[in-house]
Amino acid sequence: MNIFNMILLGFLVVCAISVSFSKNLLNSILIYMSYSLVMSLIWILLESPDLAITEAAVGAGVTSVLFFVTLKKICAMQDDGDREESHEQDQGPEEV
Amino acid sequence: MSRIRDQKKYEKTFAFHFFRWLSGEKDMYVGNMEMKPQREPEETEESIEERMKDHQQVLAEVYDQTKNKELLLFEKAYKFLSILFCLALVAILIVTVSYLPRVGNAANPDNNIVSETYIKEGLRDTGAVNIVTGMILSYRAFDTFGETNVLFIATCCVMILLMVDEDKIKENADSNDRDFEPKNDVILQKAASILVPIVFLFGIYVILNGHLSPGGGFSGGAMIGAGLILYVAAFGFNKTEKFFNEKVYTVVKVTALVCYGCIVAYYFLTGANGLPCLVPLGEPGKILSGGITLPINIFVGSEVACTMYAFYALFRRGGL
Repeated sequence: MNIFNMILLGFLVVCAISVSFSKNLLNSILIYMSYSLVMSLIWILLESPDLAITEAAVGAGVTSVLFFVTLKKICAMQDDGDREESHEQDQGPEEV
Repeated sequence: MSRIRDQKKYEKTFAFHFFRWLSGEKDMYVGNMEMKPQREPEETEESIEERMKDHQQVLAEVYDQTKNKELLLFEKAYKFLSILFCLALVAILIVTVSYLPRVGNAANPDNNIVSETYIKEGLRDTGAVNIVTGMILSYRAFDTFGETNVLFIATCCVMILLMVDEDKIKENADSNDRDFEPKNDVILQKAASILVPIVFLFGIYVILNGHLSPGGGFSGGAMIGAGLILYVAAFGFNKTEKFFNEKVYTVVKVTALVCYGCIVAYYFLTGANGLPCLVPLGEPGKILSGGITLPINIFVGSEVACTMYAFYALFRRGGL
């Protein structure tokens, strides 16, 4: 059980660091979601299932969905085609 | 409605103006306050040219990064200092954790009379087998009442910021409902029709069983809210409006808050004055037990579920 705990805690650290380094906003929300999911597993291991339920529903569910809706509203979610195009533009000399 | 005064006299009273303003028939400030329609600021070609010139000058002289040595230095120092700050914070926290006593040690400072009393007398005082819920909703019911009020005020603030007119919602109904997803996605609808009833049932079970098993109003309410969001995402707002619209939302939310306040006030009033409380504690372990814990769990649950759904609906289309 101790090794499993260590793996989960390590995953938390990796998630927390990669959220701040991810350039794509959609990716960082997905990483944040997985962070909440692992956190709810850890709550169960710490013998507080009520917190685990709340973390899974609020942290992984509702908050991430609100982030998605906000991204959609501010038009920060791009299709794959758009992203490739903008990526090509970024590499060009005339960067805006 | 019968009135003692006749219509002309009534029209002069404050109550008439107030209720007319409340029902939105007349704006109080129109006529009394000078209100000019806003005009676009006029611009001549010269001023535009001057502005562009200023802008260019600012870009060239202030933000010229190749020449502005101070800015370059600041950027480097900023990066270095932020990394240093993060590392220092991590070091401080790790050092602090290493000084903490081991978990489960009998001599720990948190092992005092407060927790002892809760564990010993919690079941006798509150009648709830789940001591955590009994503590939150009986001993510290006022605290939880404040938290429920915070949820209420948070939704009000989101409404003030994001609510739009109903005509606009209908105008943008298509784009709000399905902007990026395909309409009537079969996979999503099949999955939702299986998952949503289970989520609802489990949420209701967690709320009703809050005083017996882990969980309670907040967890169950969050689950029901998440289920509602899943339902809306799969089937659209038109279907949800049939059973959950603004009227239902207002009634449920206000009723839950008022009932919660009344129950807590009654419970504390009788408890503080040593009067017998009329709510029976019941037999521990039965579903109808726990005194005020069960009804308060239900009210908190409905409040939280409404809040979750309202956030989603307001974020997505600016109305319930």
